[in-house]
Amino acid sequence: MPDMEKDGLILGNIEFDSRLFTGTGKFASHELIGPMLKASGSRLMTVALRRVDKGAPKENILNYIPPSVTLLPNTSGARTAEEAVRIARIAREAGCGEFIKIEVITDMKYLLPDNHETVRATEILAKEGFVVLPYMMPDITAARQLYDAGAAAVMPLGSPIGSNRGLEMKPMIKRIIEMSKLPVVVDAGIGRPSEAAEAMEMGAAAVLVNTAIATANDPVRAGLAFSLAVKAGRMAFLYGLTDRKKNAEASSPLTGFLRG
Amino acid sequence: MEIHLNGKKIESKAGTIMDLVLEQGLDHSSLIAEVNFKLISQESWKDVPVRPGDIIELLSFVGGG
Repeated sequence: MPDMEKDGLILGNIEFDSRLFTGTGKFASHELIGPMLKASGSRLMTVALRRVDKGAPKENILNYIPPSVTLLPNTSGARTAEEAVRIARIAREAGCGEFIKIEVITDMKYLLPDNHETVRATEILAKEGFVVLPYMMPDITAARQLYDAGAAAVMPLGSPIGSNRGLEMKPMIKRIIEMSKLPVVVDAGIGRPSEAAEAMEMGAAAVLVNTAIATANDPVRAGLAFSLAVKAGRMAFLYGLTDRKKNAEASSPLTGFLRG
Repeated sequence: MEIHLNGKKIESKAGTIMDLVLEQGLDHSSLIAEVNFKLISQESWKDVPVRPGDIIELLSFVGGG
């Protein structure tokens, strides 16, 4: 393998050597998280904040995430900027670090985020020193507003959360990558390693994959597969993909045939 | 006394936040406590009283995407 230049992704004051971000939701067993992280090399994982449920198992998800992995608490459950801000402040005060994924959703069918509330929450939290990673509906105007609001990246969805539908929003994601002054992290709906590779080939800075890994038959192997895909896609983006052509162009010489 | 716990009105005999956590049968090790919108660190739970009408949230980090 040729010597590769360092190609880290800097968010906040942390340089990530893996461009595969992962989520802790939906694992059949939290015991799988550690091995998955080891196999995939993922260095950033999302968590959620919830009221305790007496019936639920008494375990702290944070115990399953090694200290070398950056925590990305999300504001899932928030329906407004105010609710998102409250969750973020609690998460930080509870020792979760400076990173926050803003997730403000009122659409209960497709779980599409509310860009307007997301921009408002970003503005407030960025001013308070958070490293804000807003989950957004792909939209160029909103991406620009998030940049102005102080976001550290933008996280447009590929397709609805948990749907495994891949890059349904591909054309708009491409446009955002083209105009964005911030790293673009494709988050939600990536169902296959090939889709993660595709996002990276397009120039995404990273991808966030939860469902496709956590609910796989073998989450450890899935984590490895996705990490290889992310590396391959990123490498392809860096060396420059070859153009698509209208006609065929032979790969072997057109002279000296053994015939006639 | 009546307090609000995690969005519900309940009756509690707890004197302190620590008492409340134990009264509710919860494992304190992974809990976050917010009393009237103020986060209370675990070390202080045994010192912070529970008063009638208090709005208390007992939270924890869980798996999520």
